[in-house]
Amino acid sequence: MGLRGEAAIVGFVELPTEKLSKARPQTFLLEQWAQLAAAALDDAGLPAESVDGIITSHLSESQLFVPSTVVEYLGVRANFAELIDLGGASAAGMVWRAAAAIELGICDVVVCALPAHYITPVSEQKPPLLTDAVYFGASSNQYGSPQAEFEIPYGNLGQNGPYGQVAQRYAYEYGYDERAMAKIVVDQRVNANHTPGAIWHDTPLTVEDVLASPVIADPLHILEIVMPCVGGAAVVVASAEMAARSRNRPVWIKGFGEHVPFKTPTYAENLLQTPLTRAAETAFGMSGLARDEMDMVSIYDCYTITVLLSLEDAGFCEKGKGMAFVADHDLTFRGDFPLNTAGGQLGYGQAGTAGGMHHVCDAARQIMGRAGAAQVPDCNRAFVTGNGGILSEQTALVLQGD
Amino acid sequence: MSFERPMPVPTPTTAPFWNALREHRILIQYSPSTGSYVFYPRVRAPRTLADDLQWREISGMGTLYSYTVARRPVSPHFADAVPQLLAIVQWDEGPRFSTELVNVAPEQVRVGMRVRPVFCDHPEHDITLLRYEPAGD
Repeated sequence: MGLRGEAAIVGFVELPTEKLSKARPQTFLLEQWAQLAAAALDDAGLPAESVDGIITSHLSESQLFVPSTVVEYLGVRANFAELIDLGGASAAGMVWRAAAAIELGICDVVVCALPAHYITPVSEQKPPLLTDAVYFGASSNQYGSPQAEFEIPYGNLGQNGPYGQVAQRYAYEYGYDERAMAKIVVDQRVNANHTPGAIWHDTPLTVEDVLASPVIADPLHILEIVMPCVGGAAVVVASAEMAARSRNRPVWIKGFGEHVPFKTPTYAENLLQTPLTRAAETAFGMSGLARDEMDMVSIYDCYTITVLLSLEDAGFCEKGKGMAFVADHDLTFRGDFPLNTAGGQLGYGQAGTAGGMHHVCDAARQIMGRAGAAQVPDCNRAFVTGNGGILSEQTALVLQGD
Repeated sequence: MSFERPMPVPTPTTAPFWNALREHRILIQYSPSTGSYVFYPRVRAPRTLADDLQWREISGMGTLYSYTVARRPVSPHFADAVPQLLAIVQWDEGPRFSTELVNVAPEQVRVGMRVRPVFCDHPEHDITLLRYEPAGD
């Protein structure tokens, strides 16, 4: 059951990130979609005319009928056109959906794009609708929304508070080593220092720097939280036949898993047993590959606590021993457990939902042997995660080179 | 630009919960077929979708499941609320509840501590919010 591993990532593009607070209007998201698609297809060496599937997320210019809007703009005749709404898990979710469509035989080339330069042109004739997302993050303040009634009035909104609650519960159940948490950021920063386009490319970091940075939501320091950025990323997923025509080493999608049990973590059955537990088990089982066969991992890292729980729940270390695992391993691209070798979002910057695609690109770049100064030698297999909301929707991918 | 605190607006389904809070009582749903309490209010029981939800009064006593101290405002609407103690309380009957801790200093808060209800009336919105404070031992 599951994927046969006969669809591959054959091209990708990941734009350099810029701080959201300093970003200036460029083009519309729909226009960015087309630019990203062209760049990813160019990278793959495949013609745009070969595209017969697209997967998109929300676009500010188009609230409804997003897939057909994208298809029309690109001039694609799509056999598969999907809208995906899994936040930071959207990117990994796109990749397996594209692979499934290809293995079902309905598509040969699927483009998955997440344009994320969110500062778009404005016109006085059509002032932008200030949506809830501006102030309430992923929570809905609409009448009838459970979040509007039972979360937002108490300030339970956005991400920092809930992730702080998760970390606080972890400390209560398993203990807490703030230096280990800081080391996650520091090791990833080394990787960012070797990755062009990373927001922190030129800025080294120490554990002391992390611990001296302001606490935003106890126990999380500001440097344990991603920097909001703009950017964008896209990948091309293709059939074996089209992969053979591509110029890159194909990165086969060998297995995936996805699990979505809640929206607000208050209602999680167990706050510390994330949905990735099941998603990773499914992904490894489907791939026929073992955890210790992974040459690198790219773990969704909106916060340090997300990385910690993911390492445990994906089965790379025992539950409750994540902090010791982090302290005992070198997580840099040179280390014995290469993690987020392009800096992760903590080092590269989080360009909205394109942040999820950062991890897909990280793994593809390594397996294709294109990671430059941060290349992991002989990298053939990778494990990738996506995470949306507050540990609410999680996706795992197992990828392998030819 | 000023930002008013976002307040809940009851719906036909959730009104019994909010009506009870106005009387400083706590009414939540219970599903006899699953033998479990349910929160937030729904038209069907979560998981089984059983059509047997009934309202029951609970004491509101509970345990602090987790919390954080928001050192910066979670949104402009809460600019004057920092440091804000964002809490998850587990009721003795089982369900968890998103709330805020009041009448306690951040450094005195401990996960696992017993907590009791504080009914906060907001007559201008005809709403009572349910916050929590340490129960003492």
